[in-house]
Amino acid sequence: MATLAAPAFAAPIERSDGGFLSWLGTTDHKRIGYLYLFTATGFLLWGGGEAMLMRWQLRAPNQHFLSAEQYNQLFTMHGTTMIFLVVMPLSAAFFNLLVPLQIGARDVAFPRLNAFSYWVYLLGGLFISVPIIFNAGPNGGWFGYAPLTTTTYSPGLNIDFWVAGLQILGISSLAAGFNFITTIINMRAPGMNLMRMPMFTWMAFVVQFLIVLAFPVITIALVFLLFDRFFGTNFYEIAAGADPLLWQHLFWIFGHPEVYILVLPAFGLVSEVLPTFSQKPLFGYPVMVYSGILIGFLGFGVWAHHMFAVGMGPIADTVFGVTTMLIAIPTGVKIFNWIFTMWGGSVRFTTASMFAIGLVAMFTIGGISGVMHSSPPADLQQTDTYFVVAHFHYVLFGGSLMGLFAGIYYYYPKLTGHLLDEGLGKWHFWLNLIGSNLAFFPMHFSGLLGMPRRIYTYDANQGWDTFNLLSSIGAFIVGFATLILVYNMLVNRKRGRLAGNNPWGAGTLEWSIPSPPPVYNFAEIPRVTSRYPVWDLTAPELTAAVPHTLRGDEMVTAQVGGVSAGQMSVPADRRPAAAAGAGLHAPPARVPSAEELGIPIPYTTTKPFFTALGIIVMFGGLLLTRMENKIPGWAVLALGAATLVGGLYWWLTSPLEPEHEHAGAHGAAPHHAHAH
Amino acid sequence: MDSFAMPDVIVPAAGVEHTYTTTGLPHRKIGIWAFIGSECMLFASLISTYLIYKGRSVVGPFPHEAWTDPSTGHHFRAILNIPVTSASTFVLLMSSLAMVLALAAVENRDKPKVTMGEKILGSSKLWLFMTALLGTTFLGFQAFEFTSFVHEGVSIRTNLFGSSFFTLTGFHGAHVTAGVLWLCTMLAVDFKRGLGPKDALNVDIMALYWHFVDVVWIAIFTLVYLIR
Repeated sequence: MATLAAPAFAAPIERSDGGFLSWLGTTDHKRIGYLYLFTATGFLLWGGGEAMLMRWQLRAPNQHFLSAEQYNQLFTMHGTTMIFLVVMPLSAAFFNLLVPLQIGARDVAFPRLNAFSYWVYLLGGLFISVPIIFNAGPNGGWFGYAPLTTTTYSPGLNIDFWVAGLQILGISSLAAGFNFITTIINMRAPGMNLMRMPMFTWMAFVVQFLIVLAFPVITIALVFLLFDRFFGTNFYEIAAGADPLLWQHLFWIFGHPEVYILVLPAFGLVSEVLPTFSQKPLFGYPVMVYSGILIGFLGFGVWAHHMFAVGMGPIADTVFGVTTMLIAIPTGVKIFNWIFTMWGGSVRFTTASMFAIGLVAMFTIGGISGVMHSSPPADLQQTDTYFVVAHFHYVLFGGSLMGLFAGIYYYYPKLTGHLLDEGLGKWHFWLNLIGSNLAFFPMHFSGLLGMPRRIYTYDANQGWDTFNLLSSIGAFIVGFATLILVYNMLVNRKRGRLAGNNPWGAGTLEWSIPSPPPVYNFAEIPRVTSRYPVWDLTAPELTAAVPHTLRGDEMVTAQVGGVSAGQMSVPADRRPAAAAGAGLHAPPARVPSAEELGIPIPYTTTKPFFTALGIIVMFGGLLLTRMENKIPGWAVLALGAATLVGGLYWWLTSPLEPEHEHAGAHGAAPHHAHAH
Repeated sequence: MDSFAMPDVIVPAAGVEHTYTTTGLPHRKIGIWAFIGSECMLFASLISTYLIYKGRSVVGPFPHEAWTDPSTGHHFRAILNIPVTSASTFVLLMSSLAMVLALAAVENRDKPKVTMGEKILGSSKLWLFMTALLGTTFLGFQAFEFTSFVHEGVSIRTNLFGSSFFTLTGFHGAHVTAGVLWLCTMLAVDFKRGLGPKDALNVDIMALYWHFVDVVWIAIFTLVYLIR
């Protein structure tokens, strides 16, 4: 079985080769993941800096370091940045890096659309982030409640940047959603059936459905707001009979699934990290899959728990309270399954596993305060206080971000070929854990003592002073810890210890190939016969209880009382790897190139970039029409539209990749599948 | 575990080509269905808003009832013109039929055609043109409808009915416009080099989009025009 599929060790491919244009035109999912990772880390510092400014103001009563208007812009942009420009794109970085590698594919289904998603994200992120420097930042909260955000109450350009910016970012998320749904449905290697997919890919799959079904709703809510602001429609005009809750309903029908869009990828990463560092298969894999799907479904049925205070009446309050309590069940199942994964395993405490365990603990605290909100009478006491701020920071910082940090430490070697420094990582972890608890735990108390959210300063002697000081100290510790992470990432990007294929002794497919992976990922598409194909070869005793098949794509079932039930395990010596004579071998010296292997690689192309640029220019032109200046907005809008149409035309009429020699052999349709 | 002692092979799937897909379907077929699923939520949001705002406008004119402006005494008749829109709905439905015939013609291009009927049915140029023509006719009806509504006194700014009606039907009209442009590019390719079975996927995807836009109109026509 001589094959070049997975040379065990090769010198990392340095990413600098090719220069700026090669990044601008890249369609390689791994490089796009790299761009997402570093862009999102940049926005993490930006959004974190906004938080630091706010915590400096709130460290003591009656501070006027920031004006009320500046504070409004800061809390709006802190939320918007962290949600749309940090957590979602960090998740997208992992979707990009991992999904094709975990399912045994060579790229995503539509590589150029993938590049387009990234460029729209970058340009849209700048579009929405930069105005705050000129004191024109969005100032209506990340939820942008209308009618507060209509021109009557928010006449400036601030909200226009927010509305247009979110529309732009939505395009990026939707395009990526279609891309990854197609990739996961259609690019799994033979034998990689759905109940064998790594848990991260499963959670990514659920999240893509949430994105493509939830984002159109906020798109329409934003279209109404845009039309109200630019064309004088009446969607949010109360005087014209509009419903003051229309925006809230549309926003939260998007907004609650968005919470799961933010947290499920982190759950997926933790479900990869914990089995590796416990040296045990994930406990209760099928139940983990089902609970992820259930969270996705229930996530669309709880939105009005954000609106208990608006007076929807007892029936609506009760229904949404009950659905909110229900969604705690599949979430709790996940927590217990992670604990049982570690139970009895040989747990190794690396930075990645410590962050993963940190998520389990911190998310549980946030989850419990979340269940407290599900009861409308309790929620009425807590809503719009710092108690809620504490809750969602435990969920989004202690949950999403700690899971994503675990993912960064775990997968950085796969992405770059170099390990992050574990010593700095431990400093990051402990400072992060102590700092975040110091920042967010006292908020429970200041909230219960009545401190409202979004106030820019407060009077002394209300019982909040100490709690706020503690929160501020904690916030700055978190800020410092984050700088350690960024330093670690930058320094070890090319100089860290060499990783090899599988530095952690993990069991899933992405660890069978070099780090960083060659541009084609897999020299030959693998045949998958169990959930942990690498462990099947390196540590078969670990996978004794995991279902296997002999060839990969057939079902092997056990007979229980005359009924076929599930898949049965195949003894290690009868597994195909053993039969094929695969095993541990001396590593080949070098990774062959795609040309040598005859694998067609998509061309480098800047067309997605220019198409994305056209969209940004269009929205910029639209905003110019509301400004009194010499640049005619409609002309800029037309220029943007022309760039968009032109870019799209050249994109759609140029081939994705070189024709390859086998193209004629099996019909044109599958080949054309790559031509989007 | 020694990280460098690794299997040099995960068992390869012999005979699996670069173009392998799990389902056997091309990627774009799955991508367009995901897109259509997303579009369902887009139109669901628009239609729900129209229905929520139905009957909530504080001033007329109204879609189904006459209204007299109390300040001017000006009389407005019910705005929606159901006979005209029924005709345009019929036109759009027929365009879907033409689209089906166009796809069949592209798929069967290489089959011999003898009779006049076979030649007409087998002309992808004719049926693509007919689809685009019927789509454009529908857009013409919509332009007529919009201008006559504005002349009668309802614009997108007038009241909640105007805002939600023009936004909903305008979004649909924009989708039809995009579809017509798509048809025109496909027609241009057909004239340039002829569309054959290898292009069937492209036409099929366009057809799925076109039928979806048509189905959405059936929902709009029923919920907005027919149900009072």
